[in-house]
Amino acid sequence: MAAAHTTRPMAHNGHRRDAFGGEGEPLGAASQQEPGFAERLLQAVAGRVRGRVPVADLDERDPDYIRESLPRLWLLASLWFRGEVRGLGNIPDEGPVLLVGNHSGGNVSPDTGVFILAFSTYFGVERRFHQLAHNLVLSMPFLGVLRKYGTVAASPENADLALRSGAALLVYPGGDYEVHRPSWERNRVNFAGRHGFVRLALEHDVPIVPVVAIGGQETALFVSRGEGLAKLLGLDRLLRLKVLPISLAAPWGLNVGDMLGHIPLPAKITIEVLPAIHLREQFGPQPPVDEVYDHVLETMQETLDALASERRLPILG
Amino acid sequence: MRVAAQIDVAAPPELVWAFVTDPTRMLHFMAGVTRWEVVSARDRGLGARYRTLMRVGSAEVGGLVETVEYDEPWDMAWTSVTGIDQRGRWRLRANGPNRTRVELRLSYSVPGSGIAGWITEHVAAPTVRGNLRRSLLELRRQVEHERARARAAARRRAAHAS
Repeated sequence: MAAAHTTRPMAHNGHRRDAFGGEGEPLGAASQQEPGFAERLLQAVAGRVRGRVPVADLDERDPDYIRESLPRLWLLASLWFRGEVRGLGNIPDEGPVLLVGNHSGGNVSPDTGVFILAFSTYFGVERRFHQLAHNLVLSMPFLGVLRKYGTVAASPENADLALRSGAALLVYPGGDYEVHRPSWERNRVNFAGRHGFVRLALEHDVPIVPVVAIGGQETALFVSRGEGLAKLLGLDRLLRLKVLPISLAAPWGLNVGDMLGHIPLPAKITIEVLPAIHLREQFGPQPPVDEVYDHVLETMQETLDALASERRLPILG
Repeated sequence: MRVAAQIDVAAPPELVWAFVTDPTRMLHFMAGVTRWEVVSARDRGLGARYRTLMRVGSAEVGGLVETVEYDEPWDMAWTSVTGIDQRGRWRLRANGPNRTRVELRLSYSVPGSGIAGWITEHVAAPTVRGNLRRSLLELRRQVEHERARARAAARRRAAHAS
């Protein structure tokens, strides 16, 4: 913890060479030929995005800023989303911990805001708390403020740094794949088989605390992830985007990509924090990654099912 | 923002004082309070520190508070060390034989002044005021119940003795 304060660890900006076809990595078939207009345009966009993603500095988290912005978050969370967060006492009072959440609500993810508010008021802004976010989110000009809340680009390097600094770290393994799932899959936890969070917890020997949220996927009508479209346009290679979501959302109506965000409908957000899972206590000295993954997923799905059964109507809760 | 509530309790100030200064009883009668944890060597008195939380809207707000005034059995005041800026006070006054006027005051200000802070204070006020009022009602119920129990026990002892 002390080292984190004295050395101001510089985190990685989340890009990997393979993400943008960097040096030594072939871009694939398209790079062998003269790129077309669309390809050149996308490469230009990718270059701009790469330039905009800050080399994250964990020290950019600003407790004073968070404290002063809590009233605005509280108003939004309490009046618009009628947020309810249960079980914060399940998070260990101190030390590094990996908070694993299901991700909902498209690029405007209200459950993240509600949770940041609840965590910050419960433990105080003095407790170090970081969140991992997609590069694209951090590169949006009006979302740069997220860095003051402790948000850094999602990468194993940044996760390492955050946990080594003694922080609580919130990750969404499902990422863009889960956050843009169709609305009719709103009550399904879908990590798309991403096991990285288990290895991270094992490597740092930190407990996993599942955080299950409901309501985010009711803030717009999410129609499709648009995976085919994303692949066709090469977004997966250029922007690490596996999806190009299609939704009906305010104020745009038909919203393709959700790049500019949207105005979320005032769906009730309920979040339940589950008891901490101490991997080596529960699964032995060498916990099998697959078994832990299945256990976390199953526990979270059961909780989400229970939360869903409490809801009488979509949006109203 | 300052909110306050008061109530008359049919018990002497010393008995009410025993309730409001006992941290182990806080969660039993304080409405909306989800945490009142002693974090100092002494559990009550000047300098005693507590970690407190009250559910208001979608968050549990509070922080570390320290007792800054302890005038037994009349006044106890605390102020925040971390968390939301707050100052609270239990004010007990004799209001006739074996009757106590109990007042619970809480003044708070949310950080980040400006319109959002002002709105937040006022939006939260009815919830906080309601919590104080319900806390006093429950305090009265518990104190008067305790007093009735003690009197019944005394009567029983007297009957046995005679």
